[in-house]
Amino acid sequence: MQTPIVWPVASRFPGDTGEEISSLLYTAPMADSAPPASNLPELSVSEISQAVKRTMETTFDRVRVRGELGRVTVAKSGHMYADLKDENASLSLVMWKGAVGQLRFRPEEGLEVIAEGKLSTFPGKSSYQLIADRLEPAGVGALLAQLEKLKQKLAAEGLFAAARKKPIPFLPDTIGVVTSPTGAVIRDILHRLGERFPRRVLLWPVLVQGEQAAGQVAAAIRGFNSFEGSLRPDVIIVARGGGSIEDLWAFNEEIVVRAAAESAIPLISAVGHETDTTLIDFASDLRAPTPTGAAEKAVPVRAQLIEQVESFGGRLSGGLLRGMERRRTELRATSARLPRPEALLAFAQQRFDRAAERLGFALQANTRAAAARFDRIGVRLRAETLTQAMARRAERLGELDKRLIAAVNRGLADDTRRLRQTGRLLETLSHRSVLARGFALVTDEAGGVVRSAGALSTGDAVKLTFADGAAPAVIGGGEGRKKGKAAPVQGSLF
Amino acid sequence: MSREAPDPATLSFEQALGELEKIVAQMERGDVALEDSIALYQRGAALKAHCEAKLKDAQLKVEQIVLGPEGPRAEPAKIG
Repeated sequence: MQTPIVWPVASRFPGDTGEEISSLLYTAPMADSAPPASNLPELSVSEISQAVKRTMETTFDRVRVRGELGRVTVAKSGHMYADLKDENASLSLVMWKGAVGQLRFRPEEGLEVIAEGKLSTFPGKSSYQLIADRLEPAGVGALLAQLEKLKQKLAAEGLFAAARKKPIPFLPDTIGVVTSPTGAVIRDILHRLGERFPRRVLLWPVLVQGEQAAGQVAAAIRGFNSFEGSLRPDVIIVARGGGSIEDLWAFNEEIVVRAAAESAIPLISAVGHETDTTLIDFASDLRAPTPTGAAEKAVPVRAQLIEQVESFGGRLSGGLLRGMERRRTELRATSARLPRPEALLAFAQQRFDRAAERLGFALQANTRAAAARFDRIGVRLRAETLTQAMARRAERLGELDKRLIAAVNRGLADDTRRLRQTGRLLETLSHRSVLARGFALVTDEAGGVVRSAGALSTGDAVKLTFADGAAPAVIGGGEGRKKGKAAPVQGSLF
Repeated sequence: MSREAPDPATLSFEQALGELEKIVAQMERGDVALEDSIALYQRGAALKAHCEAKLKDAQLKVEQIVLGPEGPRAEPAKIG
């Protein structure tokens, strides 16, 4: 930090005013009769203060001082009080309300400034001060540093985030414009709106530079947002014409940037020229390079839209007609391809005719084939076939018959032989052979064999059977006639 | 689509224009059934009328916000 440069603007030098001071000091009347303690004239505080004041004001008529702003206060009265300092010294600075209103930037602590004004004293406090009527930032660099700091801070809060950006309505009914009611800006906007698409414009007149500008612009943005109904615009344009960075400073003010960021109504910023960028441009939903550009972004070109709607209308009707025409053509083409009923039947008819014709032939052919087959089989059906078979069978029957007879005969002969043998055996074993050997068989009247003498009583008739025949006999009590030596007493031979 | 679509009068210009454009494209593609194409045409015609009405309403009217004791109001602007 350099030492404040203080130099007198007027051509007066301390030497010029020395006489004045001397005259004051030495020619002051003795107001008191008390013996003087020295030969110095005695002055009242006010007198010396006034003298100092005069000396100050005449010596340093007008000065230009560079330094860093210390604490800055704006009193209710509108006057601004601040300290201007460097490493070694501090100078009180006062700026009256009227001059403060002319400021094109916000004086704040730490900002390096150049103040211009008159040096004066404040007799009530035994102090001196610079009564500045002009105050400007010490070069653009100082302001830009201040701007950058604020930008970082607001960006960190997310005020510039892309996600916050609202789309600008395509065709707003009412456009709110925050700008000065005088000057080229509002006229440019209205002119371009009129060219493109005349709309209803609600102007919120504000100061666009100076101490009050920021507050007014912020209030206007908030005001539009607070409105309901017909006073609420669909889009807001905040505009200002070109100027120095100091001129545009209000649009870098935090209060304005916050109001723009918070606006629920889409906001277009257009401050200065294309190359100028103020912080409101970061917070707005859309940045236009110029006020005219803002009008262009706010509304579409009516003539183009009329043309477009017309074109759509034409294409709509055209589309319908072409659709109909296409269908008509398709219908025609399709119906042309559709065959006639006769044509459809003709083929079937032909097939039928052909089949019917072939049916007769087929029947005859079939009959012929069947007859031929019958003939083929018929020839094979002859009497010899049957008689041969019968003869073969009769022959076989004869053979079997013969074999049967032979078998029977053979069996018969065998049986006869066996019968004879058995008969002979039987003969050998029968009572007859016993009878032949001299025995007789006694049977009772009933024919039963008498086996025991006890079974016979005198007078019983019995039959005596001998080998050569039978003789009746009666059981007698005495001696019968003697016929043989051996009385035929029936033993129990069987 | 035309049956449940909102009344054109409730649409913004941009919405109406956008829908009209879609309908035109659909008609020109020619893949719409005959009955639908007629309904579509009617919808398109209504949208077009709405757009035209919006375009007709084009008047530059400049008012100025005045903050009075009874609250804000708009009066004819005094442009310097």
